[in-house]
Amino acid sequence: MPEINYVRELMPTQDPAVRVTNFTEVALGFNPETAIKEAQRCLGCKKAPCSKGCPVEIDIPAFIQLIQKNDFSGAIAKIKEKNTLPAVCGRVCPQESQCEKLCILGKKGEAVGIGRLERFAADFEMKQDQTVVVKSAPSSGRKVAVVGSGPSGLTAAADLCLMGHEVTVFEALHTPGGVLVYGIPEFRLPKDIVGREIAAIEKMGVTIRTNMVIGKIYTLDELLNSGYDAIFVGTGAGLPYFMNIPGENLNGVYSANEFLTRANLMKAYLFPDHLTPIALGEKVAVIGGGNVAMDAARTALRLGAKESYIVYRRTEKEMPARREEVEHAHEEGVQFRFLTSPTEIVGDEAGWMKGMTCLRFELGEPDASGRRSPVPIKGSEYFMPMDTVIMAIGQGPNPLVPETTPDMETNRWGNIIADESTGCTSKTAVFAGGDVVTGAATVILAMGAGKKAARAIDVYLKTLG
Amino acid sequence: MSVNRFWIHRKKTLGPGLKQMDIEAPEIAAKAKPGQFIILRTYENGERIPLTIADLDLGKGLVTIIFQEVGRSTLDLGMMEEGNYLTDFVGPLGRPSEIEHFGTVVCVGGGVGIAPVYPITRALFEEGNQVISIIGARNANQVILKDEMERVSQSLIMVTDDGSGGEKGLVTDPLRQILNKIKVDRVVAIGPLGMMKAVSQLTLEFGVPTIVSLNPIMVDGTGMCGACRVEVGGKTRFACVDGPEFDGHQVDWELAQQRSRMFLAQEKVATESGGGECGCRR
Repeated sequence: MPEINYVRELMPTQDPAVRVTNFTEVALGFNPETAIKEAQRCLGCKKAPCSKGCPVEIDIPAFIQLIQKNDFSGAIAKIKEKNTLPAVCGRVCPQESQCEKLCILGKKGEAVGIGRLERFAADFEMKQDQTVVVKSAPSSGRKVAVVGSGPSGLTAAADLCLMGHEVTVFEALHTPGGVLVYGIPEFRLPKDIVGREIAAIEKMGVTIRTNMVIGKIYTLDELLNSGYDAIFVGTGAGLPYFMNIPGENLNGVYSANEFLTRANLMKAYLFPDHLTPIALGEKVAVIGGGNVAMDAARTALRLGAKESYIVYRRTEKEMPARREEVEHAHEEGVQFRFLTSPTEIVGDEAGWMKGMTCLRFELGEPDASGRRSPVPIKGSEYFMPMDTVIMAIGQGPNPLVPETTPDMETNRWGNIIADESTGCTSKTAVFAGGDVVTGAATVILAMGAGKKAARAIDVYLKTLG
Repeated sequence: MSVNRFWIHRKKTLGPGLKQMDIEAPEIAAKAKPGQFIILRTYENGERIPLTIADLDLGKGLVTIIFQEVGRSTLDLGMMEEGNYLTDFVGPLGRPSEIEHFGTVVCVGGGVGIAPVYPITRALFEEGNQVISIIGARNANQVILKDEMERVSQSLIMVTDDGSGGEKGLVTDPLRQILNKIKVDRVVAIGPLGMMKAVSQLTLEFGVPTIVSLNPIMVDGTGMCGACRVEVGGKTRFACVDGPEFDGHQVDWELAQQRSRMFLAQEKVATESGGGECGCRR
């Protein structure tokens, strides 16, 4: 019995001082030696608690054992039995609160770097000529429409395709991937990698139609009437929230969605070779404490901002962002202003913002989310000079599909009401999952929802006889 | 990815820097209604350009767009020829115009804004409204769709800034005369922000409901980014999904003008960076 190793292999990263000047990936990935060393830390627990923490049910010990044996192709094939986006998940999943949280090693030391190993296996495959193509079941003769090509839609599409159904994905934007392409920055998730994983899904037999805004070009009823037997709706959290404070429509104020879409999907960091611009000042404040806020603050630095601030009304402890993202932001020089929130954006005569009035807060009693709620301190207003403000306080569900589908129930925030374990909505033949149901969450939770819905759709299609 | 490229079936020059293209997009042609718009990308690195639909040919599956070359992206689009393909073409976006029997309607189109006002005018005409159209431009060369507008109006008035075509003056001049003379039930005005603002101020005096179509800066056009926010009746609205048409009397025009200038510096850089060494496009 080899000695238990409680210390994980370090992920090599680009030097903070260098990476803050470029958009190439921050985390560089394991080489084969490091990957094998890390894989050897896995105890191969029979009960595999880690797998229970995985929303897409990957057989984690099995793939790690294949890496131990130097069988990297075997490892990726094992992952792909359950997960069609391994290179994406290996990078952006919050493993520390899922699979790795349940790792036995984590009780006394550091959990196995499951996400890093998943990424290693996926990246290894991309470097090979041959990629694993999982074989589909014989054709069922049934057609399924998937609305939205983000994490939930792609997962549902791939699984339904494997089950033998004919799947068409409708994407509103010109590039498939949803939040993977418009939201998450290149330096955290290279778009080339997203493109390859999507290409692999197309190779399986899924058809993706871009430039198709469902709700506008076709309603769900029109899709059902034109020959689709079932629909999965995964339209995501495509509605930016603003604070509803004075001055939010001044020039220089962006939603995080707009700022990141310009930077990521439209590649504004390559302006003017890519023609979509971003107008950015020297001092940039991002309002919010989630992953989207970290992405925006770090993107601002890379676009040339001299100072980039995270302004958050609670403290570092309550921030919903991943630990790793917060650390990376710190390393890169993002400055944090906790217990602070703007009450007004102040502009000049020409309509450009020049700063914001902020209020200081202290933490009070825990609220519904269990986090201590921020309480404003009377008379604590002060002015923070600022050139650009990015609102990253959350997103709601995009209303285009719900508002053209009157017989599909939504809640008071506009989220589609769907059964958690099946994605079943109030409308026959229509299933939904991901952020449009749950509100803004994570890539992997959306994928898990897509997976469950695919299973339920398969069952539903079989009842059609 | 399934390739969907959009063929330029026909291209026409309507005036200096004013171009018309008929794009093959049968699904959009079958679905679009007056007042809606499309977003296109000319090529892979291009901007997403929103343009209001000027006409449809259902039989051939064509969507007509008319645009003025004002910056890098529209200049690049203008260089595309018949038989070329656009990389992306998505629509129909936005809410359709309200088409009803209102009674007497005045349709006002200014400059390239005559293009989007045309299908609305036609629909209002076909609905049995008494339609008076006013079209205006800087000079006679800039007047577009005059014959088409004439065919769908009981009467048409043309004005130009310099008097080179029709009467010399602004669209608000004949509009004021009409409002003084007869009862008008509705005004639809599309054109530059300044024109729409002036029309709205005028009709407010007479208490005539007025619809304008806003074309602010957009990115996705599906309500996802909020770049196109405008204030209407003191409330922030997204022009791409809540509009593009709004009550002209409720629009915060100063804000709309201010927001239209947000990327002026970058637009200049983009325009200067394009067009080749010869400067043929400047």
